Amino acid sequence: MSDENLTAPYMEVDAELCKGCLMCIGVCPKKVIEQSKKLNSASYHPVYYAGQGCLGCGMCFYACPEPGAIRVVKP
Amino acid sequence: MKIYEKPAAFYDEFSRKGGNVKTTHYCPGCGHGNIHKLIAEALDDMHLTEKTIFVSPVGCSVFGYYYFNTGHFQASHGRAPAVATGIKRANPGSIVISYQGDGDLAAIGTAETLHAANRGENITVIFVNNAIYGMTGGQMAPTTLLGQVTKTTPLGRQEDLHGNPVRMAEIIATLPTAHYVERVMIGDAKDIAQARKAIRKGLQNQIDGKGYSFIEILSPCPTNWGMTPVDAKKWLKEKMTQIFPVGLLKDTTEGQEGKWYRQFADFVPEKTDAYLEQLVDVGHLASLDGVSAPDGLQCKFAGFGGQGILTLGLMFAQLAMRAGSKVSWIPSYGPEMRGGTANCSVNIAQKRIGSPLAETPNLLVVMNQPSLEAFEASMQPGGLLIYDSSIVEKAPQRKDIRVVGLKASDMATELGNSKVANVILLGAIIAALDLYPIEFVKESLKGIIKKKALIDINLEALIKGYEMAARR
Ligand code: SF4
Ligand code: SF4
Ligand code: SF4
Repeated sequence: MSDENLTAPYMEVDAELCKGCLMCIGVCPKKVIEQSKKLNSASYHPVYYAGQGCLGCGMCFYACPEPGAIRVVKP
Repeated sequence: MKIYEKPAAFYDEFSRKGGNVKTTHYCPGCGHGNIHKLIAEALDDMHLTEKTIFVSPVGCSVFGYYYFNTGHFQASHGRAPAVATGIKRANPGSIVISYQGDGDLAAIGTAETLHAANRGENITVIFVNNAIYGMTGGQMAPTTLLGQVTKTTPLGRQEDLHGNPVRMAEIIATLPTAHYVERVMIGDAKDIAQARKAIRKGLQNQIDGKGYSFIEILSPCPTNWGMTPVDAKKWLKEKMTQIFPVGLLKDTTEGQEGKWYRQFADFVPEKTDAYLEQLVDVGHLASLDGVSAPDGLQCKFAGFGGQGILTLGLMFAQLAMRAGSKVSWIPSYGPEMRGGTANCSVNIAQKRIGSPLAETPNLLVVMNQPSLEAFEASMQPGGLLIYDSSIVEKAPQRKDIRVVGLKASDMATELGNSKVANVILLGAIIAALDLYPIEFVKESLKGIIKKKALIDINLEALIKGYEMAARR
């Protein structure tokens, strides 16, 4: 996805940086973040964006303790 | 377009950390990560990264230097506000953040914390309160709640046995010089937004020179609380806030000032210099004609307590001060007031003096044998060693220094006052170093010696030592 031609906001998670703490899921007003059944290489179940409905509010970004795990783009 | 992503004030990779260099060392759900992010984002937005010096504590956040692309200092346990004070005063243009946990700030570092606040230092203190010792494995902290189970309170903290949780923000807010005190938390989205605002405000206050800002942040430690991150958040919001209510405690810009408070904290070097200038007593100076300010003297004066050795060092420093040099004098003595060994270090320079110690002296004056043995070896080659040969029996060994021995104590007794041996040595130093015209020293001593009745005998002793050494 190229950010220039974007119409809808989205969030993305770097699965390798996620520690599966679920803080992001707790704050998401649209409940569009889900947890994977798979493990990442640090043995955490990372979360991922369900694919639609994100408002681009950034709340998940601030709730996430990991500096680089979440990126939110709001056009 | 708005993008929320890793702030640029973080390193791209945390290469000092090792392992996965893209993640922090913090446990899942640990509030430190959130707080780091809020700080880093503020540094970006406020364009402060380049001038920020981050002081990390001992505790889980000991590795601040892994993450922030700022200047950094890792302070010893509890000392962060003292270190931050020094950094800020020496670099008034920098932004200094003292980042500390509860064990660091409210236990071992309580004194530093309170006094930095009480001086109203222009620093921003971020206090991460998670009610437990994290790094060392979950012992009771000063902020542990009553009833809270920790490794050292397995039955829960009890008021009668362990005292009550300490509310640092409330305590600090009582100090008139604390400019801004707020408690926030890493709770839900709204709480985090408030923490974000508070951190920015604390930094802005420092930019504006307002003085001490204290931001206490309630932060989850799921690992040592023995909870999932989700439950830890709940516990923080439900239990911790009962004892540590969030909110603004003090903001003197918002008209909540106490009886008196200071609008600005300007500890700039010029101001402290001006203050020191006021203390310099240059009265009683006959004339500065022919007197030049000495430079580059690193001196040690050592002997028994009671011989006047510390006074000798002090007089020597005062003379140099009157001649226009910068000086330092620092004593070091054992617990005995009399009879033990005592020494002092004196530095004399034309520029400001960094350290008051004299570890490799170029002037050593000793009045007893143990002192000679203790310090002779540390002398710089070519230095001057003066000793009281009435007391020191074994002569100095070094061949690469200048040595002057004189029977100062015997001469003092002959003069009728054994206490003036130190002034005899002073005369000898002046002559041997050819430092000042003797008239300048005589006139200065009249101002330095407080007991007027003793001036004559001291001047006599001075001349005696001066002439003795001048003859060599
Ligand atoms: S930006 Fe807001 S809506 Fe989108 S995933 Fe994050 S919390 Fe949910
Ligand atoms: S808050 Fe961050 S680390 Fe925690 S689960 Fe969400 S993305 Fe992963
Ligand atoms: S022990 Fe507690 S404070 Fe330390 S990193 Fe883990 S969760 Fe954070």
